Amino acid sequence: MNIVLLPILPLLAAIFPPLAIRSGRSLCAVSAAIFTVAALLILAAAAPAIYRGELVQATYEWLPQFGLSFSVFLDGLGFFFAAMILGIGLLIIIYSRYYLSEKDPMGRFYAYLLLFQGAMVGVVISNNILLLVVFWELTSLSSFLLIGYWRALPEGRQGARMALVVTGGGGLLLLAGLLLLGQIAGSYELTEILQRGDVIKASPLYLPMLLLVLGGAFTKSAQFPFHFWLPHAMAAPTPVSAYLHSATMVKAGVFLMARLWPALAGTEAWFLIVSMTGLITMLIGAWIALFKDDLKAILAYSTVSHLGLMTMLLGLGTPMAAVVAVFHILNHATFKAALFMSAGIVDHEAGTRDVRRLGGLLHLMPISATLALIAAGSMAGLPLLNGFLSKEMMLEEVVHTPYAGNPWIMPTLATVGALLSVAYSVRLAIATYLGPVRTDYPHHPHDPPLGLWLPVATLVVPVIAIGLLPAVIAGPVVERTALAVIGGQALPSYYLALWHGFTPALMMSVVALAGGAALLMAYKPLDRLRLAMPRPEAKRIFDRVLDSAARGARIVVAALHTESLPRYFATIIVALIIVGGAGFMTGTHAAGTRAPLPVNGPALVIWATLLATSVAVVVLHPNRLLTLLLTSLVGLGVSIAFIQFSAPDLALTQISVEVVMTILLLLALNLLPRTTPRETGWLRRAWDGVIASVAGLGLAGLAYAVMTRDFQPISEYHLAQSKPGGGGTNVVNVILVDFRGFDTFGEIIVLCIAALAIYALLDSSLRGAAARRLASMRQGEEAADAHPLMLVVVTRVLLPLALTVGAFIFLRGHNQPGGGFVAGLVVAIALLMQAMASGYVWTAERLRLNAHTMLGLGVLLAGLTGLGSLLFGRPFLTSTFGYVHLPVIGEFELASAMAFDTGVFFAVVGTVLLSLAQIARVEARAERKPVPAGPSDIQLRHPAAAVAPPATVLGKEP
Amino acid sequence: MEILVASAIGVLSAAGIYLILRGRSFPVIIGMTFLSYGVNVFLFAMGRLAVDRPPIIASDTTVYADPLPQALVLTAIVISFGMTALIVVLALRGFLETGSDRVDEGIPKLPEPVDERLTS
Repeated sequence: MNIVLLPILPLLAAIFPPLAIRSGRSLCAVSAAIFTVAALLILAAAAPAIYRGELVQATYEWLPQFGLSFSVFLDGLGFFFAAMILGIGLLIIIYSRYYLSEKDPMGRFYAYLLLFQGAMVGVVISNNILLLVVFWELTSLSSFLLIGYWRALPEGRQGARMALVVTGGGGLLLLAGLLLLGQIAGSYELTEILQRGDVIKASPLYLPMLLLVLGGAFTKSAQFPFHFWLPHAMAAPTPVSAYLHSATMVKAGVFLMARLWPALAGTEAWFLIVSMTGLITMLIGAWIALFKDDLKAILAYSTVSHLGLMTMLLGLGTPMAAVVAVFHILNHATFKAALFMSAGIVDHEAGTRDVRRLGGLLHLMPISATLALIAAGSMAGLPLLNGFLSKEMMLEEVVHTPYAGNPWIMPTLATVGALLSVAYSVRLAIATYLGPVRTDYPHHPHDPPLGLWLPVATLVVPVIAIGLLPAVIAGPVVERTALAVIGGQALPSYYLALWHGFTPALMMSVVALAGGAALLMAYKPLDRLRLAMPRPEAKRIFDRVLDSAARGARIVVAALHTESLPRYFATIIVALIIVGGAGFMTGTHAAGTRAPLPVNGPALVIWATLLATSVAVVVLHPNRLLTLLLTSLVGLGVSIAFIQFSAPDLALTQISVEVVMTILLLLALNLLPRTTPRETGWLRRAWDGVIASVAGLGLAGLAYAVMTRDFQPISEYHLAQSKPGGGGTNVVNVILVDFRGFDTFGEIIVLCIAALAIYALLDSSLRGAAARRLASMRQGEEAADAHPLMLVVVTRVLLPLALTVGAFIFLRGHNQPGGGFVAGLVVAIALLMQAMASGYVWTAERLRLNAHTMLGLGVLLAGLTGLGSLLFGRPFLTSTFGYVHLPVIGEFELASAMAFDTGVFFAVVGTVLLSLAQIARVEARAERKPVPAGPSDIQLRHPAAAVAPPATVLGKEP
Repeated sequence: MEILVASAIGVLSAAGIYLILRGRSFPVIIGMTFLSYGVNVFLFAMGRLAVDRPPIIASDTTVYADPLPQALVLTAIVISFGMTALIVVLALRGFLETGSDRVDEGIPKLPEPVDERLTS
C-alpha cells in the first residue's frame, strides 16, 4: 500500500464524524476509528520491509521550483512514531466516546482529532523538510482547535491562543532554520540531508541554523523557557491532553531532534545547548509538579520534566544516549497516556481533579485505581516497570558525561530530577488512590464503563511487560528505531535488562527513591519555603509581552494609517518627485535634435484657454458647479488638441466621454454639497502648490524632452499589417479590435464590473442611514418644469438622427474614425437625452434591452467572437474578414472583428446607462415634488395619470 | 508646438495634483479628471506630434502618426470614465452614509473589543 495514504487518510476522514453524528454517538466514534484502523493496517503492511532495514518511500511533485515536493518515507524512527500516533490515537478515540458528555459536539471533536492525527503522522513520515513544516504548523492549528474545544471556557480559549502563539511562532523559526539547512545541505530531502552531516556541521551557518531549528523543537516540546504553554493547554478535554500533550504532539520537538540527530548532533554547541536545556526543563518541571494540586497540572508539569529528560539524552550526542532516548519515548508514551486517561476517569467519576479533595479511591474503583497506580509507579521509576529501566539507563549515561569539564554536574542534577520525579509520583498516587475512603466527593465514584478503562489497561500491559522482559518485548523496536536515529553508525553494544548489577546508576536510583520519600515527609515546610520564594508567573509575563506587541503595532498603525487621503497622495507624489529628481540630477541634459513643429495661431488660442481655465479651476474650485463647467471646457480643449495632432478617434471619444461625464457629475452634484469650504491655511495651500508645481514641471520637462527626440516606433508593423492582416484602414480601430483585442476584451469586462459595482453601491443606499439622509434632503427649486416641452420635442426629433449617427460611426469604424467605443457613447448620449427630457420611467418603458442585458450581451458577444477563432484552430480572438456582395449596396467587407466591436458597443452603452440610471434612481428618492408619470408636464388625454413611482427607472426593475 | 503641448501637460497635471490634495471628495474627483487629461496627453505625446497625418491607411501617403499610443489612450479615456463614475458613486454613497464628504479624517472609530484575561 502507498504510505502517502498514512497522513492523507485521517485528514480526509475528518469530514465523516460530523456527518455520522446524526446517526448516533457510537457510529460517530466508529467512523473515526475505522480510518485510524485502516491507516494502522497500511502501516502494518510496511512493517516487514522496515524491519528488514529497508526504506519505504513515495514522492510526488508539488512545487519543484521551490524544492517542495510531497515526498514521504518510512524508516525505523518514522515507523515507531507513526505506530505510536495511530495506536494511541485509536485508544483515545474509544476512550473519548465514553468520556465526552451528551452535550459536547462529538462530530467536531473527532474531526479535529483526525485532522491532528493526519498532520502528526505527516510530520513523522515527511521526507521533504518543507513538507514537514507544513504538517508541523497543521499540528499547531489542530491543537489550537482541540485546546479550545470547549469554546465557552475562557481558560480553553486563552490556553489555545497561548499554545498557538508559542508553537506557531516556533514553527516559523523552524521554517527559517530548515530553509537554511536545505541551503547548506543542497537538498530539502531528509534522506539526502542525513547523509551530509559533515558538510552541515562544518558550515559557518551551522550555529544560526541550529538555533532556529532548536527554537522550533523547544517550543513544540515545551522546553524551558517555553514550557509555560503546556500546563495552560490542559484546559483541553482530557483525551486531548492524553493524546496531544503527553504522547504525541509535544514529542514532535523530540522527534525532530532525533530525526536530525545525524545531521546536527555531536558538536560542542549541540551538547551545551540541548543537554543543559533538557536538564533545566527536567528539574523545573518536576519541581513545579510536586506542588500542584490539580491532577492534570501535576501530569502536565511531569510531562514537561520527562520531555526535558529526552531532550537532555539527545543532547548528549552519543549513540548510546540516543538509544536510551528512544526507549524512554516509548515508555513515557505508555505510562503517561495511561495516567492522563486515569485522571480523566477520576474527574468523570468523582467530579473533581483536586488531589486535596480525593483519596481512598482504590477501594471505590479498584480496577482503574490499580491501573493508575502501576502507571504512576512506572513514572516514579520503580523496579519491574518500564519507567525504571529507561531511568536507570539515563542515569548510567550521565555518570559518564562531564559538563564543561566538571564530572559532577550532570549526575547530580539528574539524580535530583529523578528524586523529584519519585516525590510527585508518590504524592499523586497516595493523595488520589490510597488512604481512607472519604465521604465528601462531589460525585460518588465507582469503576467506569469498560470503554473508559480498557484503553488504560491496554497501555498498562506494555508498562509491565516491558518492565519484566525488556529485551523480548521492546528490544527489536528500540534497536530498529535507534538505528534510524543515529543514521548509518553501528549501534553500541547494550542489553535491555532488569538487572545490571551494582552500578552507579543503581546507587543513584536508590538515592532518588529514598530522597523522594524524605522530600514527601518534609512536604509542608517545603511548600512554605516555595511560597516564600519569588515565583515568576509565566502567564502574566506572556500577556504583558503580547500586550506590548499589540500596543506597538497600534502605534505604528496610528502613525502610518492616518486615513487622510490627501496625506497618502502627498506621500506618493513627493516620493515620485524624489525618485524622478534623483534620476534627473544624475543624468545628462543635452537638448533634443528633432525639428519642432511650427506654432500656429489657433493652437496658441486653445493653449491659452486651457491654461487660463486650469488656473481658474484651481482658484475657483470652492464653487463646484462653476468648477464642473470649466472642467468640461478643458475637456473640449483637449479633444481639439487631439484633432490638431492627427488623432480623430481620440477626439471623438474624448468629446463623447466629456458629455457623459458632465451629466454624471451634475447628477452627483445634485446630492452633494454645492460648495467646498476653505479649511486649509495658506501655509498648507502653498505647500500643496509647491508639490503640484514641481510635479507638473517634471512632467512637462519629461514630455518636452521626449517629444524633441527621434525614435523608432514599434507600430511599423501595425501600419503595414492593418489592411492586409486586419482588413481595415483605421489602424487605431484595428489595433483595438484585432492586434490588441485581448486588452480590449479585458477592458470592457472592467467597465462592466465598474457598472455593476456602481449599481450595487447605490442599490443598497436605498436602505439604512443613507436612505434616511436622502429622505431628509431638501431639494432646490431650480427648474419649474419636470419635462420642458421644447426639450421633449427636440430630443424626440433628434433621436432617430442620433441613432443613425451612432450606427454610421460604428459601421465606418474599421476604416474611418469611429468604432464601437465612440458609437456606444453616442447612442448612450442619445438615450440619456430622452431620459433627461421625458423622464427615466418613460424612457425605460420604451427601451427593449435593459442595461444589465446589454452588459451581459456585450461581454458574451466579444467573448464568443474570440472563442469562434478556436473552432478554426487559431488562437483566441484571431480575426478574419471577407468581402460580401449585396445587390444595391455593392461589395463591402465583413470582418469578424465587427462582431467583437459590437460587443464593445453594447458594453459601453450598458455601462453608461446603468451608472447614470442608478444615480437618477437615487435622486428620485430625494425628490419632494411629485413628477408626472407621462413624457410631458401637460396632460393630454389622461388627466388622472398616476404619479411616477420613484424607484422604477431605466435599469433593472427593482 | 512641442513646447505648448509640454507646458499644457504640466499645467493640467499640476492643477490635478493640487486638487487631489484637497480634503473633500468633489475637488479630488475633479483633480483626478485633470490628472487623466494630463496623463492621457502625455501618453499620446510619446508617439510624437504630427499634423494632418491621421493613422488611416491611404494610397497617397506612407507617413502616418503613431497609431499605438492613440489606441492606448483611447482605451485609457474610456476606462478612466468608468473609474471616475465609480469614485463619484463611492463619494456619493460615502456622503449619504455619513453626512460628510471629507476624505482626510477617516470613518468614526468603533469601540475596541474588551480583552479577556485568565483569572488565575
